[in-house]
Amino acid sequence: MALSLSTPARRRLRVLGFLSPWLIGFSVFFLYPLIATVYFSFMHYNQIKEPTFVGLKNWRYVFEQMPLFGPALWNTLWLVVVMVALRVVFGLSLGLLVTKLKSGVGFFRTAFYLPYLAPPVAATVAFVFLLNPGTGPVNEILSKIGITAPTWFNDPTWAKPSLVMLSLWGIGDLMVIFMAALLDVPKEQYEAADLDGAGAWAKFRYVTWPSITPIVMFAVVTGVVQTMQYYTQALVAGKIASGVSIGPGTVIQPGYPDHSTLTVPQLVYSMGFQNFNTGAACVLSLVLFAIAMAVTMLLMRKRSGLLSAED
Amino acid sequence: MPRWRIRRTRVPAVPVVLAAAGLLLSGCANPSTGSADDDPTKPVTLKFWHGWAAPSEVEAINDSIDRFEEQHPNIKVKATGNVTDETINQALRAGGGEAPDVVTSFTTNNVGQYCDSGMWVNLDPFMKKTGLDKKKTFPKTLLDYTSYKGTQCALPLLADAFGMYYNKDAFKEAGIARPPRTMSEFTAAAKKLTVRKGKDSYRRVGFMPNFRLYQNSPDRMFAQWSPQYFGADGKARLADEPGSYEFFKAAGELVRAQGGYDALEKFRTTFGDEMSSQNAFLTQKLAMHLDGEWRGLMLDEAKAKFDWGVAPLPVPDDRADTYGKGFITGTVAGIAHSSKHQNAAWELVRFLTADTDQVVEFANAIHNVPSTFEALKSPKLDADPRFRTFFKILENQYSQALPPSTNGGAYVVSLQDFSYGVEAGRVKDLRKGLKKLDDQIDADNLQAEN
Repeated sequence: MALSLSTPARRRLRVLGFLSPWLIGFSVFFLYPLIATVYFSFMHYNQIKEPTFVGLKNWRYVFEQMPLFGPALWNTLWLVVVMVALRVVFGLSLGLLVTKLKSGVGFFRTAFYLPYLAPPVAATVAFVFLLNPGTGPVNEILSKIGITAPTWFNDPTWAKPSLVMLSLWGIGDLMVIFMAALLDVPKEQYEAADLDGAGAWAKFRYVTWPSITPIVMFAVVTGVVQTMQYYTQALVAGKIASGVSIGPGTVIQPGYPDHSTLTVPQLVYSMGFQNFNTGAACVLSLVLFAIAMAVTMLLMRKRSGLLSAED
Repeated sequence: MPRWRIRRTRVPAVPVVLAAAGLLLSGCANPSTGSADDDPTKPVTLKFWHGWAAPSEVEAINDSIDRFEEQHPNIKVKATGNVTDETINQALRAGGGEAPDVVTSFTTNNVGQYCDSGMWVNLDPFMKKTGLDKKKTFPKTLLDYTSYKGTQCALPLLADAFGMYYNKDAFKEAGIARPPRTMSEFTAAAKKLTVRKGKDSYRRVGFMPNFRLYQNSPDRMFAQWSPQYFGADGKARLADEPGSYEFFKAAGELVRAQGGYDALEKFRTTFGDEMSSQNAFLTQKLAMHLDGEWRGLMLDEAKAKFDWGVAPLPVPDDRADTYGKGFITGTVAGIAHSSKHQNAAWELVRFLTADTDQVVEFANAIHNVPSTFEALKSPKLDADPRFRTFFKILENQYSQALPPSTNGGAYVVSLQDFSYGVEAGRVKDLRKGLKKLDDQIDADNLQAEN
């Protein structure tokens, strides 16, 4: 017997068919892990024995008995605020610079973009060696001109700013995005502003800024989400700068010096895959998820978040 | 004619989804388990994971495997080197066909976790089955660090003893006749051996006590005070341990005698990698240095440009009679819980850990301390007196290994973290800090046990 469907049902199935690639991806890579994370946050599970329900014990452990949670959260939020803000400002400034250049445009665009292509681990290792307080060329040069340089990645006060410097060095991605946005601003608006006698600041404030606001918002939102997941550079910098030998019997302790480079994602890994404290790792992941969601919602609160003035 | 209709249902969706997810997730949470039903005389290929990575060490372990395969032609061994404990831990938890049968660890720190979780199987039934008397084969200290609460889930595969390497030329230059034996002699010698370069650097440091330097993990130096980490109730007792205060005081005095923490840390940043030709002892930036027995072979291979000797690490002044002791650890071997060839795997473990000729040959090849009574007495052992100093440290009645814990080496990591704070001067109240450290260790252990 042939199967016949009503028109609305057929339409719904068709829509479902078109949506299915996304639905499958969303379910497998987002919904399932999210439900699993919530589930394991209430379980004691060492990845060997059967999970057992422990109620809020994991939550209490993280909030009351894990001394590294506070520093890790503080460092992550510090990086979100400082690194994202500086990256946006620096990326926009470079974008403005390369769009205004009259000559050597190709050279400067390439020069500013190239560091972004360096693999994060290699770039971090190079930075730590350059800034090595004992043998690095940066401190040698600074001492020759009479400046007492900090010990950079070896100093708890300077370790995070050093990571920010590293991220600003690889600003090529944002520079390209801002450059494209700036080139997209209608020239007629600048001409009209010129006729009105507007200065450089007025043109930026009333012509450029309203046009690129969605791009700035995009850079901020993606920057926040990426920085919330900041892991590799901080881990590598801390490990190399600490000089601790890593052998088959040793455990890499992130956060050197004095937990100043410890981030929540690093703690998630340590808890989940070094200590096999799956419950605590899931609690940390959920905290991170909640903060990322809250910050993103706050940024997107205004309907115009990703819309330009023209929209 | 039937028609498909999309209807709204009133099934309570959230509890159903959570229940389904729970069932699904708990089903996913069981790694495969192995068995000991195999016939070890039948052809089989064993997967063997170990941590050796240096070319000479890899050659030595491969030679050992060749000898084993000669004796057991039906067993082939597929070895994978440079495997960390972290990888082993993750692989055995994940299970699957690629997981190893025989595993080794370069540290004894995780034995408690391996035994308690059942990740490494109890070897007692295998020993009983094949007639290996562990008490007559292995020294007690080594049996202690390879078992947890009566479960012998590992066996020692050579041991490591820690002693003090010293630059004899530097000693001569400084007019020091013999290696220091007590902490006060140690501090005086370190100060005398330290040579400054300019205002804020060094040409050479007598002894760098900084806990991040190479093998200077605090637990290794702390062993000279014979601390008891846990009380009879299993709770951490570092705040009640008198040795804790004396140890940090002695380390602080060493630091101050040589210019202070900041200056020493800055000098440390000029050191090369521990296992490279830029090792700070090899480049004579350090006159005395805490290290394991393997360093001697490396110094010989690198053709050190100075005369060097080995002595036990000094002891506290009020325990001078215990001089000769040191920190003990070692490589341990076991069988993965997921192995389906546990009897064949036992043959390999037994060969590597208890066959006297094998233990002696391997010990000579990689300069590790033999881990069986018979091997320690063997005339075939390397006669180098510097190497043999470590045998004496191993056999010293006061030498100490770390106690196993269900939470693996987590308490050692907590101690390290705390010690970094103490040496940097960030811990103002040591008693309060140690009490907090004890609470932390207990909370972590409880969380692991839950």
